[in-house]
Amino acid sequence: MNWRYRIRGIGVAVAALLIVGACGSTGGGGTASCSSAKTATSIADCGGMDGLVAAAKAEGKLNVIALPRDWANYGAVLDGFAAKYPAIKITSDNPTGSSQDEVNAVQQLGNSSRAPDVLDIGMSVALANLPLFAPYKVATWNDILANQKEPTGLWFQDYGGYMSIGYDSSKVPAVTSVQDLLGSAFRSKVALNGDPTKANAALNGVMMASLANGGSVDDISKGVDFFHQLKVKGNFVPVQATTATVKNGTTPVVFDWDYLSASHGTDVPTWKIFVPSNAILLDYYAQAVSKTAPHPAAARLWEEYLYSDEGQNLWLKGLARPVRMAAMQASGKIDAAAAAKLPAASGTPIRLSADQATAAKAYLAAHWAAAIS
Amino acid sequence: MRRSRRAKLQVFRAVTFVLLGAFFLLPIWFMFEFSTRGVGENSPRTLDAWKAIGTYPDLVAGIVASLQLAVITSVGILVVLVPTMVWVRLRLPRLRRVIESISLLPLTIPAIVLVVGFSPMYQWMGNNFSDSILTLSLAYAVLVLPYAYRALDAGLAAIDVKTLSEAARSLGAGWPTVMWRVIVPNISSALLNAGLLSVALVLGEYTIANNLLYPNLQVEIVSLARTNAAVSIAVAVASLLFAFLLLVALSFVGGQRGGRRRNRERLVQTFARDFSGGTR
Amino acid sequence: MTAAGIPAITGVGRPTVGGRRLSLDWVGAVPFLGYVAIFLFLPTLIIVAGAFASEGGLTLSNFANLSRPYIVTAIVQSVILSAVTAAAGAVLGALLTYAIATGNPRGTFRRVVTSACGVLAQFGGVTLAFAFIAAIGPASALYVYLSQHHLDYYASGVWLYDLRGLELVYLYFQIPLMVLIFLPAVDGIKPQWREATESLGGGTWHYWRHVAGPLLAPAFLGSTLLLFANSLSAYATAAALINQGGPILPLQISNAITSEVGLHEPGFAKAQAVVLIVIVALVSVLYAVLQRRTARWLQ
Repeated sequence: MNWRYRIRGIGVAVAALLIVGACGSTGGGGTASCSSAKTATSIADCGGMDGLVAAAKAEGKLNVIALPRDWANYGAVLDGFAAKYPAIKITSDNPTGSSQDEVNAVQQLGNSSRAPDVLDIGMSVALANLPLFAPYKVATWNDILANQKEPTGLWFQDYGGYMSIGYDSSKVPAVTSVQDLLGSAFRSKVALNGDPTKANAALNGVMMASLANGGSVDDISKGVDFFHQLKVKGNFVPVQATTATVKNGTTPVVFDWDYLSASHGTDVPTWKIFVPSNAILLDYYAQAVSKTAPHPAAARLWEEYLYSDEGQNLWLKGLARPVRMAAMQASGKIDAAAAAKLPAASGTPIRLSADQATAAKAYLAAHWAAAIS
Repeated sequence: MRRSRRAKLQVFRAVTFVLLGAFFLLPIWFMFEFSTRGVGENSPRTLDAWKAIGTYPDLVAGIVASLQLAVITSVGILVVLVPTMVWVRLRLPRLRRVIESISLLPLTIPAIVLVVGFSPMYQWMGNNFSDSILTLSLAYAVLVLPYAYRALDAGLAAIDVKTLSEAARSLGAGWPTVMWRVIVPNISSALLNAGLLSVALVLGEYTIANNLLYPNLQVEIVSLARTNAAVSIAVAVASLLFAFLLLVALSFVGGQRGGRRRNRERLVQTFARDFSGGTR
Repeated sequence: MTAAGIPAITGVGRPTVGGRRLSLDWVGAVPFLGYVAIFLFLPTLIIVAGAFASEGGLTLSNFANLSRPYIVTAIVQSVILSAVTAAAGAVLGALLTYAIATGNPRGTFRRVVTSACGVLAQFGGVTLAFAFIAAIGPASALYVYLSQHHLDYYASGVWLYDLRGLELVYLYFQIPLMVLIFLPAVDGIKPQWREATESLGGGTWHYWRHVAGPLLAPAFLGSTLLLFANSLSAYATAAALINQGGPILPLQISNAITSEVGLHEPGFAKAQAVVLIVIVALVSVLYAVLQRRTARWLQ
């Protein structure tokens, strides 16, 4: 009789173990997984960094858009991410696209697997397209100042710089004010980085011209008038200023971010940068995660990487001001050598508020085409 | 013709050919010049830009995609058109006018307009079916249709399709044999014409790919031009040379079967006249 | 029935209805017609129907929105650009055609030139834009050389990248196109007409004014119309050259497809597309009418 009880006992024990094991594997304790990365609003929703990394690796791909390799050292950022997570293959679409192109791609590609996962866009475009973004707060969320992020995490600023005029000093005389550009020495030489109705860099270029010509952050019309004047005098080159056009001399004078102008110096040794003292315009770009991202876990892992010390320092090496700079300087994690090389600006920087950016975009949409035609 | 008038005519001809010849040939020459520039002033010509083509993975992907699209489109359009046109000639002569008008429609509907209609279709296709760049071949076949139809029509008109097919059938051949072993060998030059025209058109296509956000060769060239102008121009020259060689081959192949020079010339004129709508 | 009177072989065993054989021959045309229905008629239907749609329902608002200043400007500038390039292309092309036609009709030179025209008429789009940027652009060898010798042709602005540049670049495919479509008409002029005019005492001016001119006029006008439609529909060259704004209709259509405007107003791009089709269709119809007149006397 004893052995019968024993077998029953063993059977009960085995059954109990099986049941416990079954319970355990359906989301009980143990290593958590990012079961729904699509709706994860922070790293905690994904079971911590490990869960997120595992989920991202399972997805295996990441689609980014409009990230030129020579823009704020994005080349190193992309390479750094690829080195850290070799299982995730990055597809970098349309590197020279504008902010508007990024949003268009999200809308046009919808749920397709080619759609962009993450966006790096100008503020005016970000503010106009909130329904497209999924809220996400990176691990270092608290290091970002309140006026540089959207409270629920729809967008959060990433890096910024001052709008400047870069010029080839061997082709044009030294620029000491924005009005100099109306002179005859600048015939067919002045360009913007893109179309201001689409590209943030160009919008800020026009705004900076406006500030330097008696306008204000609420009034971009003086900038539009200034470019109209440039066009009338024949000084404006209607070509998007890029590395190629700077290199081959098509655009010897460019309204562009100081960090981009600084990188042109590697191609053109006589390149100089001028920031007008009465128009120190500081602007940041913003990150956003697409709501219809085909690879939601990889998208969020990318954001975590960008806002880690490593990512922020890589932008700093590209001479852009990372948004966590103040916090990193306090914690000592900042790359001091790179920080020392940042272009200096003498004076109080001016920032555009959300409403001002939107108003500027609206004015440009209505008046820019007529001004430079 | 009086001598003075002949002299004036010859002067007129010489001036016209020289001036317009320069206008047409100089840009091509300058493309070569631009793409072989060395770094810095007065440096020697170099093929660096050409050699660098392989170092841009996006560009290489665009080249591969466009070549694949060219092959798929040209084979596809031939596979659909040839049996249809033969069948229509044999059995549905009343449909012939209809098919001809349909095949001329894409000439009246420009690519930039067609792509407005394609946009929602491709969105649906991308979400439910496939978003591979190779699906563009379905759109390209429409663009290629008028030229392929013209080429095949000329070829089929030159042979007596009815007699050939009936003779083959009466000897016991099935329809596949008639098509593949009787008709096709007889219109081989027309097939080649249609194929070459399709390839040239697909390689130069930009409008549809750009507006549907697909990175084909021409889209990549434009994108690359913003980073490295010399390499993009080198690729542009290469693709132009390739298309040029194809069309030169066409003008030689075109008159092979029972063709005289005038026939060949008329063929080239006809294709190119309609063909000009392809890439712009 | 074949010539020998033997009935052509037809399929056996097809269903009969009321004594007449139901022909299944039309099935052979189904693949082609089906493909064309999906990829040619459906997009056109989407455009035409969608132009009347908006987020609320059927509406004419998309067409009303065409009155926006930048759209009106784009349409007007498109028409002007096409007219200018058609006229210039027609005139220069006609001169070139005459130069070709008065040569040896069986000579090698003529074959080479007509083949070259065939190639050049298709050389458009992105490659053409870059060819001109390389040839006369601000970074070109030509401009650098000339500007160093005080012949700065961009003194009043870099016109290559706006409408004036487009006008020049479009000529590159307009002129060969003109040659290709006008050459048959010019070939049809018989030398006997010239001799007859002269024997009746008329000179060159008389010949062109009263004999060849009126006969060639329909073909010339028809060709010009074709050049007009060709230029109106061109997109790729302009997209590659123009970076700022959208000065012509095809560029505006492209903006509307891919921009947010197109999504809050889903019919806007389609309305613009309808405008473009209508203009091109009108021009094509006119061309067909003129073609028929020309064909009559060409025989």
